Amino acid sequence: MKSLLDWIDHRTGIRSLTREALFENIPGGSRWRYVWGSTLTFTIFIQFVTGVFLWMGYSASSGDAWESVNYIQNEMTGGWLLRGIHHWTAQLMPVLLLLHLMQVVIDGAYKAPREVNYWFGVLLLLLVLALSLTGYLLPWDQKGFWATRVATNLMNLVPFVGPEMQKLVVGGTEYGHHTLTRFFALHAGVLPGLLVLLIVGHIYLFRRHGITPAEPVIKRDAYFWPDQVFKDTVACLAVMVAVLAVVISVPGAHLGSPADPSEPFSAARPDWYFLFLFQFLKLPFFAGDKEVWGAIYIPGIAVGFICLMPFIGRWKLGHVFNIGIIFVFLGGAGALTYLAKQEDVAGPNSAMYLRGVLGDTRDARRVTALAKARGIESTALSLLKDDPKTQGARLFAQHCASCHRYDGHDGLAVELASAVTLDELENRIGIMTRFFSGDAVHPDWLARKSGTQNPWQTVQSILDAETDGKFDVIASIELQEKQSAPDLKGFATEQWISDLLDPHQYISSRYFGGTTHKDGDMYKKFLNRKVSKYDAEQRNMLESIAVALSAQAKLPGQAVTDQVDAERIRKGIQYLEDDIGCIDCHAFGEPDPDADGPDLTGYGSRQWIVDFVKNPEHEKFYPDNNDRMPAFGVKKILTDKEIGLIADWLRGDYFKLPVDAQGH
Amino acid sequence: MDNQEENQVEPSGPGVDESVGQAEEPMAPAEPDTPEAAGERRGFIKFFCAFIGTFISVVPFGAGIWAYLDPLAKREGGVGDGFIKVTTLDAIPTDGTPAKFAVVADKVDAWNRFTNVSIGAVYLRLVDGVPKALHTICPHLGCFVDYRQGKNDFFCPCHNSNFKLDGSLAKGVSPRAMDVLQIEVRNKTEVWVKFQNFQPGHSHAVSIS
Ligand code: HEM
Ligand code: FES
Repeated sequence: MKSLLDWIDHRTGIRSLTREALFENIPGGSRWRYVWGSTLTFTIFIQFVTGVFLWMGYSASSGDAWESVNYIQNEMTGGWLLRGIHHWTAQLMPVLLLLHLMQVVIDGAYKAPREVNYWFGVLLLLLVLALSLTGYLLPWDQKGFWATRVATNLMNLVPFVGPEMQKLVVGGTEYGHHTLTRFFALHAGVLPGLLVLLIVGHIYLFRRHGITPAEPVIKRDAYFWPDQVFKDTVACLAVMVAVLAVVISVPGAHLGSPADPSEPFSAARPDWYFLFLFQFLKLPFFAGDKEVWGAIYIPGIAVGFICLMPFIGRWKLGHVFNIGIIFVFLGGAGALTYLAKQEDVAGPNSAMYLRGVLGDTRDARRVTALAKARGIESTALSLLKDDPKTQGARLFAQHCASCHRYDGHDGLAVELASAVTLDELENRIGIMTRFFSGDAVHPDWLARKSGTQNPWQTVQSILDAETDGKFDVIASIELQEKQSAPDLKGFATEQWISDLLDPHQYISSRYFGGTTHKDGDMYKKFLNRKVSKYDAEQRNMLESIAVALSAQAKLPGQAVTDQVDAERIRKGIQYLEDDIGCIDCHAFGEPDPDADGPDLTGYGSRQWIVDFVKNPEHEKFYPDNNDRMPAFGVKKILTDKEIGLIADWLRGDYFKLPVDAQGH
Repeated sequence: MDNQEENQVEPSGPGVDESVGQAEEPMAPAEPDTPEAAGERRGFIKFFCAFIGTFISVVPFGAGIWAYLDPLAKREGGVGDGFIKVTTLDAIPTDGTPAKFAVVADKVDAWNRFTNVSIGAVYLRLVDGVPKALHTICPHLGCFVDYRQGKNDFFCPCHNSNFKLDGSLAKGVSPRAMDVLQIEVRNKTEVWVKFQNFQPGHSHAVSIS
């Protein structure tokens, strides 16, 4: 062993190198405040190692980036750990950078002859921020996509060459393959290369000039080894442990839903350390053509000022001034960051922001599960776009929810964990919860007593009413338009039809209370005149009809009961045709041009819903008594595929995760 | 000049620096450690730094290597009995010359799952009306073996291995004959081949799984 070392040493001089490194003098001895540089070097080392390994799984194209990151995170053994370390170390770096910068300024380590080294440090800081910015886009999720667009659009403001610069960085006018290839080359090639050069220079110059002691120097000088090495090692260990703790508890790092230029994303935000700049731009002062000041000139001046500090610091007062300015910057950035966060979780648009976050998480889970179960034939985004559960609900919210409802909301509400007591609900709207917890509830969102069909109320009004209980909560605000057409949750299920046939329910807002049908023959001549006077036996027949009619829909969720109830269904059809005589007004089994009411053949089946949505005025449905519903297919408002997605969503006919299957 | 240089202590070499044990304390009237205590403390620090330093440096590599080894952890199971419908009997030349047919199947490629894409090709040929299948991949090092019309034989253009029509090695460096694939005729005319890939370079065909 020793002779091997001798051999190596003889040829490389490694021993004197290590000795030089370890027996570097530290005036005033080792100190904890000197550890930040070492922790930064260590985090950069972590990023390089994990980055290169991530590279082995990452694919920089707009059709593959999300897919490959998802694969790393959710399919590869240990991929979550790898990605998690890279992600969370990047989150920690701005903190370390800041601490390092503050130590340097406060201790006056930027003063002559160390100006150049100080500038290297400032450049390093900017480089690491650039790495974070470029890395943020690489997963190609909604968050990175929309937030990075904001960043590159700001380049437009650069005087004279802005638009050209933007085009070059983006690789065209639109975000796409070349945006990723370019960002990735920057992220994994150009910027790390520069980083290495600067670090070598930085450490070389640092060694050349030695450490600047923190005043007052009360201790004796000491070598780097062993005490400072010990402190540095402990600090690096703390960094590694902190990162690992977060990575393991998450586990990994969050991946949003795939980038979609056609879906709004109300939670587009840069990573937290850029929030102050983001918030800065919201100041009214920078409105209109003054934006360039907030985006470019003022930050540029600030960086310029930081670079000039060594000269200002030559005077004793100048040094104090520098320290003051650093704290002013820090205070300002801190305040802006807080304001940005506070506006997001409690400002006037916070209900939208928080719902955006929740919706994205839901979609991300969904697409990850679909990718796992089915594989991705083209892109992950197309999995979502072809998924009735996701896309059907979106289409419903856009085209149907102005009149209809889905369980009282527009179809897009995100279900939250129920609140077991009023107190819990109260706690969950608290500012602290909203800042830090995914369980947060916005006061404008809706809630109702658990297990009831009650109309949703805003959480605030429930809190005001102070009636205790268990509450269901959804992330959805009250819709502008009042409900004026049936609530389609559970459409054509036994329960839904059975409730429909209840005279009170029929004219309630849940069904036809908001439509002209409440004055139609179905209510007047049948439900009100006859059903309301039914005896127990007749009511039982009506129930059987509900079961039989519901079987026409062939709902996937009722496949088993439809089989078990075969006998009852047979009877129900008999009642429908003879005893109760629905066919006096409805066609059933065969077309009936004289029927007033909609055709009940295949009622609630995919075909029936598709035909109906295409054209409610078709003679099978409401040829002369259609109430407002547009002919979505005939007027080409929706394509056949879109109508199919809505139908499948309403029928619950889509890929079910094991959890879904239990829950709903 | 650098003011630090003035109060710089001369390095006295490892193990001789008696002051560092006390570096935490104000230096003025300090009791120096006994040499044994200083040595022990230093030994501990040395051990601690080496151990922890190694540990934290290995973590990112460990995560990376764990993820890198992912392919070894994955075994892609075939579907059904492994037979794939390739063509119909009528499509194979009746004169006994071989013809190349693409093998089309579903394919999982990392995060993608493709349906009905080419996953390889086979040579089919009729011997007394019975179809025979040969893999198109050379058992030497995996080039695509050509059928030479003029000479009516198989020839691998990479290292000039030469195979007879039945796949046996005529001459060349290939360690074995072309790989024979199991073949079945189903529903009278459908030609099904059990398509699989074999490790190149061995004298016996070993299936790649
Ligand atoms: C100081 C250095 C670095 C910083 C601050 C940094 C930061 C980031 C960030 C914030 C992300 C997004 C992570 C996410 O949320 O998914 C990312 C992704 C990525 N980085 Fe880095 N990075 C650094 C160095 C490197 C290097 C040197 C490489 C490769 C040589 C690299 C390769 C990658 C790859 C392949 C991704 C995409 C995978 C993913 O998003 O998980 N990084 N980086
Ligand atoms: S690969 Fe065919 S002869 Fe070498």
